[in-house]
Amino acid sequence: MSDMRELYQEMILDHHKHPRNFGRLTGANRHAEGFNPLCGDRVTVYALVDGDSIRDLSFEGSGCAICMASASVMTDELAGKSVDDAEQLFVKFHDLVTGESAKEPDLDVLGKLAVFMGVREFPVRVKCATLPWHALRAALKDGEKAPVSTE
Amino acid sequence: MERETGTMTRIAKPTIDVAAVRRDFPILAREVHGKPLVYLDNAATSQKPRAVIDAVSGYYESANANVHRGVHTLSVLATEMYEGAREKTRALVNAAETAEIVFTRGTTEAINLVASSFGQARVRPGDEVVISAMEHHSNIVPWQLLCQRAGAKLRVVPMEKSGDLRLDEYRKLLNERTRIVAVAHVCNSLGTVNPIAEMIAIAHERDIPVLVDGAQAVPHFRADVRALGADFYAFSGHKMFGPTGAGVLYARRALLETLPPYQGGGDMIASVTFEKTTYNVLPHRFEAGTPDIAAAIGLGAAIDYMDALGSDAIEAYEGELVAYAVDALSSIPGVTLVGTPKHRVGVVSFTIEGVHPHDAGMILDHEGIAIRAGHHCTQPVMDFYGVPATNRASFAFYNTRDEVDRLVGAIAKVREVFKS
Repeated sequence: MSDMRELYQEMILDHHKHPRNFGRLTGANRHAEGFNPLCGDRVTVYALVDGDSIRDLSFEGSGCAICMASASVMTDELAGKSVDDAEQLFVKFHDLVTGESAKEPDLDVLGKLAVFMGVREFPVRVKCATLPWHALRAALKDGEKAPVSTE
Repeated sequence: MERETGTMTRIAKPTIDVAAVRRDFPILAREVHGKPLVYLDNAATSQKPRAVIDAVSGYYESANANVHRGVHTLSVLATEMYEGAREKTRALVNAAETAEIVFTRGTTEAINLVASSFGQARVRPGDEVVISAMEHHSNIVPWQLLCQRAGAKLRVVPMEKSGDLRLDEYRKLLNERTRIVAVAHVCNSLGTVNPIAEMIAIAHERDIPVLVDGAQAVPHFRADVRALGADFYAFSGHKMFGPTGAGVLYARRALLETLPPYQGGGDMIASVTFEKTTYNVLPHRFEAGTPDIAAAIGLGAAIDYMDALGSDAIEAYEGELVAYAVDALSSIPGVTLVGTPKHRVGVVSFTIEGVHPHDAGMILDHEGIAIRAGHHCTQPVMDFYGVPATNRASFAFYNTRDEVDRLVGAIAKVREVFKS
């Protein structure tokens, strides 16, 4: 069970039970839906973007604890950051959960996002953690296009 | 092929020596994450007994050749084994003749064959096809495709909250435009056993043929196509202890004879010129190309294995086991059963309060327990119950009460991790 606790950290369980920034964002000017047809996880990310700055973020949807907590922590961490910062954090987060990068994860930069490090031990769950990020990137890039899929 | 079957002789009171049966299934001895495997995903695919594994490898080691092709010894032998499996399959479902048994890749291909060929012959713009609210996607999408092609309409028999079909509504749906009814014998996500004989009789009052998806029925009880009155009956070998790659379409001869070919190719023809092709006799007309010979032979071995256990014994044993599982799971606080059908076999779907099935499925896996977490290819059923997914435990005659207890104990661990 210890490896389960590695994955399901307290913070993840907390964000799953009490998701932050949940619901449609008033005044959002970007949104995109992420959908994983394999498991049915579905997340819509809303963003209020002002020039290069992400003023505010929210999400809604349904899915497993990893997916919901990832969306919750992501929206908490990225609100107020620039679009470029978000993109860089996406790359670092992706490396963190896949374990693909040879480099040690940059925990200082990742901050609270580092809580998802346990995911790298469970390759089938990587898509759960990254789905909200793919939706966010689609929202920032195209705004109103078709849903993104992790399959 | 015959070894280790001595423990399976029938005795007066039908029962199963489950310890002996488990020794017949090599995979059941393995561990997962350091714990003895508890395999409760039988509705997805069943495990295979040694007799089936040996039948497949024995065929490749001593008889491999193409069927219906040559005069040489191996081809004759392979043909005998392949056609022998067809005869066993005929006997399993009590079809009148082997000409009514078409081998396919699986249930999905069998349904697609009927949707395509029957659809081409009989379904016209404005016609209707009736399915039910609890169908597997494989008994929805082929009919949707047919309806789109033909300009026909898909009608759906609704169900009760219990997971039982509404026969009153079913009666009302049938009319002079209904060309075919396609319905599951057993629902793969709820375990409901539908009153198929009655549903067929109702359709036959209006001369409407019925296709029965028997994929979740044949692993659990004897389906007699003539007693049921089924016009088409589709099932998969791999869910009934046979290999993947061999499925079955039973079709009543009078109907099958009227259907155009499904796929063209070798084996389904009598003669070919560039001007005209005449087709082979039934059932070969519907088996274009080299079939999965080894899988069909393996299916024959699986039928022998189930026959040796006896369908009465299988039904009696599983009936008690599933009732035990329903009781055990429904008495866990926070666990809710999805579907409480009047007559159930094989399957128990449930949700755990505050825990998504994918999280539960993963924690259970770490306890060595394989269940299915997801929509089970029945998204309309999930929508009906307002859940994105369920946990599904599905049983076979080699499962035990101890395994149900392991599942119950592991669900407690899930709730511990989630503090739910």
